[in-house]
Amino acid sequence: MADNELIWRIAGGSGDGIDSTSQNFAKALMRSGLNVFTHRHYPSRIRGGHTYVEIRASDEVVDSRGDGYNFLLALGDSFARNPKENAYYGNEEVKPLSENLDELREGGIIVYDSGLLDASEIPDFEERAEENDWHVFDIDLRSMAREHGREIMRNTAGIGVTAALLEMDLDEIENLMENAMPEKILEPNRTILHEAYEMVNEEYEFDHDLRVPTGEHEEEQVLISGSNGVAYGALDEGCRFIAGYPMTPWTDVFTIMSQHLPKFGGISEQVEDEIAAAALALGASHAGVKAMSGSSGGGFALMSEPLGLAEMSETPIVLVEAMRAGPSTGLPTKPEQGDLEHILYTSQGDSCRVVFAPGTPQEAYEQTRTAFEMAYNYQIPAIVVIDQKLSGENQNVPASAFDRDPNPSLGPTLTEAQLEDAPHDPSGIFQRFSHDDPEDDGVRPRSLPGQKRGRFLVTGNEHNESGHIEEDPDNRITQMDLRMKKLESIREDLDSDPETSNQTYFGPDEADYGIVTWGSSQGAVREAVERLNDDGHSVKAIGVSDLMPFAEKEVTEFLESVDEALVVEMNATAQFRGLTQRELGQFGEKLTSLLKYDGNPFEPAEVVEGFEIQIAGNEEAPTANTRLEPAVSD
Amino acid sequence: MSAFNAIGEEREIDREEFTPGIEPQPTWCPGCGDFGVLKSLKQALPEVGRTPEETLLVTGIGCSGKLNSYLDSYGFHTIHGRSLPVARAAKLANPGLEVIAAGGDGDGYGIGGNHFMHTARENHDMTYIVFNNEIFGLTKGQTSPTSPKGHKSKTQPSGSAKDPIRPLSLSLTSGASYIARTAAVNPNQAKEILKEAMEHDGFAHVDFLTQCPTWNKDAKQYVPYIDVQESDDYDFDVHDRQEAQEMMYETENVLKEGTVLTGRFYVDEDRPSYQEEKQAIGEMPEEPLAERYFDDDYEWERSYDLLDRHR
Repeated sequence: MADNELIWRIAGGSGDGIDSTSQNFAKALMRSGLNVFTHRHYPSRIRGGHTYVEIRASDEVVDSRGDGYNFLLALGDSFARNPKENAYYGNEEVKPLSENLDELREGGIIVYDSGLLDASEIPDFEERAEENDWHVFDIDLRSMAREHGREIMRNTAGIGVTAALLEMDLDEIENLMENAMPEKILEPNRTILHEAYEMVNEEYEFDHDLRVPTGEHEEEQVLISGSNGVAYGALDEGCRFIAGYPMTPWTDVFTIMSQHLPKFGGISEQVEDEIAAAALALGASHAGVKAMSGSSGGGFALMSEPLGLAEMSETPIVLVEAMRAGPSTGLPTKPEQGDLEHILYTSQGDSCRVVFAPGTPQEAYEQTRTAFEMAYNYQIPAIVVIDQKLSGENQNVPASAFDRDPNPSLGPTLTEAQLEDAPHDPSGIFQRFSHDDPEDDGVRPRSLPGQKRGRFLVTGNEHNESGHIEEDPDNRITQMDLRMKKLESIREDLDSDPETSNQTYFGPDEADYGIVTWGSSQGAVREAVERLNDDGHSVKAIGVSDLMPFAEKEVTEFLESVDEALVVEMNATAQFRGLTQRELGQFGEKLTSLLKYDGNPFEPAEVVEGFEIQIAGNEEAPTANTRLEPAVSD
Repeated sequence: MSAFNAIGEEREIDREEFTPGIEPQPTWCPGCGDFGVLKSLKQALPEVGRTPEETLLVTGIGCSGKLNSYLDSYGFHTIHGRSLPVARAAKLANPGLEVIAAGGDGDGYGIGGNHFMHTARENHDMTYIVFNNEIFGLTKGQTSPTSPKGHKSKTQPSGSAKDPIRPLSLSLTSGASYIARTAAVNPNQAKEILKEAMEHDGFAHVDFLTQCPTWNKDAKQYVPYIDVQESDDYDFDVHDRQEAQEMMYETENVLKEGTVLTGRFYVDEDRPSYQEEKQAIGEMPEEPLAERYFDDDYEWERSYDLLDRHR
């Protein structure tokens, strides 16, 4: 745990401007030299419903939620429903306050808008505040907002109060307001900000210890979400075509791409369904444009057939799968890592695809770039797996991480001059699927429609060298083997430079115990490993991103080097552990699973606790929200 | 300098260029209407000045999907029902291509119905040929979306309880800007209609009656056919949406009774194509996107230049 950290939570209703307010506050903290990490929690609803954004800020690295939090700004929910007695959704009006108390740390601060929230409606509020030594400030933010502007500006009043209580400078907050707001609303907001700030300083005496931490960055930082990372990686790889259909949380990536592509001379297509979306990406790529599509679980299910067609026709495409909790509609706005097996194996026949699961916004950028490189260099579909957690959380990343050369290469593609000398059948058809002259890696360069001397047929059927339907067993074996060989080649390619490995390691080089995780659970594990080592445990961790072709060598080496390991993932059936055992054929007796599938990401303390119970032989049961699954032999 | 020099090439084109040099013999059943589509397409393409290497033929699954194997051009034999989304993206990526999509009535009006509706709505500049044989042929004679009510098959042993789909009316409602029906038994009309369809700047839908002598009707049952433009019994304006709608409705009704009406049913030359619409709002580049990847001088944009919003 960072010794000096602020975890500030702004709670209210959907539609109350929580997102934009928190975004600016996070940037202000980042600009002041702090590392920041944001987490958002929201319902599948346009207006109303309890929502919050949490900002964690520290001079140390933060790449996950903390354990609980220490500052609550509870705004009223403008769109709360009025429940009848015993309504299943309870009293929504007080939720921004009542729903957030359980995780507030001892000694924490509560600021609530007494204009809209009545604490007396919450059972035992005062007793709980006393027991936990909470510092409670009931301030009529609404009246302040109304007096100088509009009611929604109580957000700004809340920021002013926050800054005063934390003894934080207003300059950066004001600068950001100037950038974000048109003149007309800037003035009243500025007035409200200052009035709230001064009011607290004049009228309140406070004795809490919490202050805004101080820090310094060595270089300029930018606040980036996982969705930004994916989209920017795609743009820098020369992706200029996207097709999609809205679905949470995939919509974030689709939106970002759709906003930038026209300015970059690209094309974004919102289409009738996800089958079409993936098929469009395929069509564009076939015609010579770097293309992508994507969805979340349900929409990705619809992409199964085009995905298989991309494998069979060796058409490069990149798909994004932004997981949310399933099955079916599941928890539309909550994260889970339950689609792993779906992503690896969906579509008929043997899987022949690349699957990466980045763990942070910066990895999302890097690995999306690698996904495009693999897709286009090896003429294969590549899937970038993110989830509701990674897609929506923001983290500071050095701006220089994006100062990179673009890579618009289409991969092995012949020019018309090269096509002159390429193999053709007696009809003059280019043998795009030649048996005789494949590169060592199994890849056969392609031509593009409209090129002279390049015409060929491509089909989802098994095909011969010219692309014509062919069911001959020898041809079948040759074509299958060449396609599958690409996976081996990709693995070799990825392993060729350990410096650029997609896997991430935490903790000491040598340790008795290991923690293995994949994708977005990486941040919580990283922090847990630090704490466990601080507490005297000998533990290291690996965050795995290469799911297909599997990071066999790295995971084997890691597991060989430890006595036991805990596998941490957000699903109920230990899918990643199953994959590891299947791929490696050993280590089963070493692998205990720590699972969570309640709709919320892991907190570091839950990983620490799971480790202590299982590995260190602690007898206590884990919290109600996680589950330990004992090791099973192979 | 273009990387795609087959596009826009000016030269004499021999229709035999479209016949594969090896294995030119289709595997369709003797008497199959699909031969008629192939023949008229081979005639129409040279007449509109298109070469095999600037033509992309995208097909679905079924007997019709084999068209790719017998027409020598760039070809993409896709999956059941999905020829349209693949085809229209290829057209957006490289608009100079002559893009033709083709599939059966199950492919286009059944499993791919959603794509048909939306591709027509968007009015992509391409041609869509539906081999309408009123049956599922390759899977051995099951009732299809265009089979008449009461049609008996192994999967509909008591006869279909459903009215057939109305392909022409559906096309019009969805937004297609050129709609015609032709028949394999009338190759001259078919060739002319395919030429018009390819030259039309928008989504041209050709419902092509292709008899299936093995599982459904033979050629005789589509004869006599009536060309609505040439017959004195029908008088309507193909440019008038309402008149077209009434004509289509009648055409679809009388087919059940064995009266085969063919010809052009709706032509809208004023409606801009999707490419024009998209370029007008600045969401599609003027230069073909596919060319950019071969342009060594192009300065590729970078995400680094977007970072201001994140500072």
